[in-house]
Amino acid sequence: MSNNSANSSSLVMAQRSVKQLRLEASVRRIKVSQAAADLKSFCLQNAHKDPLLMGVPSSDNPFRPPKSCSLF
Amino acid sequence: MGEMEQMKKEADGLKTQIEAARKAVADTTMSAASAAVAPAPRVQLKTRRTLKGHLAKIYAMHWATDSRLMVSASQDGKLLIWDSHSGNKINAVPLKSSWVMTCSYAPSGNLVASGGLDNMCTVYNLKTPVVKTVKELDAHTGYLACCRFLSDSEILTASGDTTCALWDIESGKQKTVFLNHVGDCMCLSLSPDMNTFISGACDSLAKLWDVRDGTCKQTFQGHTSDVNAISFFHNGNTVITGSDDCTCKMFDLRADQEVISYQDAQLNAGVTSLALSVSGRLMFAGYDDFNCNIWDTLKGEKVGVLSGHDNRVSCTGVPPDGMCVCTGSWDSFLKIWN
Repeated sequence: MSNNSANSSSLVMAQRSVKQLRLEASVRRIKVSQAAADLKSFCLQNAHKDPLLMGVPSSDNPFRPPKSCSLF
Repeated sequence: MGEMEQMKKEADGLKTQIEAARKAVADTTMSAASAAVAPAPRVQLKTRRTLKGHLAKIYAMHWATDSRLMVSASQDGKLLIWDSHSGNKINAVPLKSSWVMTCSYAPSGNLVASGGLDNMCTVYNLKTPVVKTVKELDAHTGYLACCRFLSDSEILTASGDTTCALWDIESGKQKTVFLNHVGDCMCLSLSPDMNTFISGACDSLAKLWDVRDGTCKQTFQGHTSDVNAISFFHNGNTVITGSDDCTCKMFDLRADQEVISYQDAQLNAGVTSLALSVSGRLMFAGYDDFNCNIWDTLKGEKVGVLSGHDNRVSCTGVPPDGMCVCTGSWDSFLKIWN
């Protein structure tokens, strides 16, 4: 009897697994070249807005005070 | 028994079909496609702030949407809310359980949440005169590895019980449970449009989920060990993962496959955390070897390193305005770099 319930729960899991695989198999895929092109243009178009890439001038840097102190 | 064999045959057939479909669209690689792109500049960032205050290992940090405040969680049993510009501590939230593994700031700035080995996600209101516990979200049967607010009324969690869940904070109940991983869920990232999220787990997979109907839409293989860190790219079509197998990988959702792997023969430490700059060109990955490496996401090359911590870098985060990167470590300090 315990053998049967073990079998039926494995069967349920196998059925779920097949159902999930069917769903994932039906995904519409685009070519990697297309995906890469879109990604490149996204990064390049947004590059000028990226402070870590472009560098942050001290005057605009909230983490660094502007160089306005003089030492005598 | 006949039926089991039939199921197995169908499953194997479907897996072969999926692999073939992925191969069929793999007409190039990301690095080949980016060969002509000018290299990213050599990135040399300096420590602008060292935030001292925690008394034990820091496990998590998260920026507020104002790009100024942030929350950090440490196994000293506290959440600290910091003003990153001044370096001051704004709030200290004592935790019932000190075994915290994650924290999150709500987009509104009103709430923060944390959780860990207590298996719960506790939500706190920062705007009451004294910080108050709003709710203890208690239903997971394993540790809370990651949590992210969708709003003041909904939060997503990833748990060591192999499930993720969407909660209604007011009622304290799970609205949707996301079942499919076969290993502890370690991390999650919400898509920019908030309709989907991606999770990484100890089964070495990343999975894409529909937030509302709970279905697993896609599964991404490639890693050979626990996926500890995951982040959506800001375009919503790409995802980056970090793993104990010492690599980070980029998966494209529309091509349904891995398109680049960030690895180095000399890197022998697992990836604990990762964060992307606002254009997505730079990826900051924290490793067990105390460093945070900076990668050019298009070309797959290392372009810099953030060294300065005396122990594992456990968490990294770039604020929405992209002005800096924050690293948190087991050495109990947070550092802000730009």
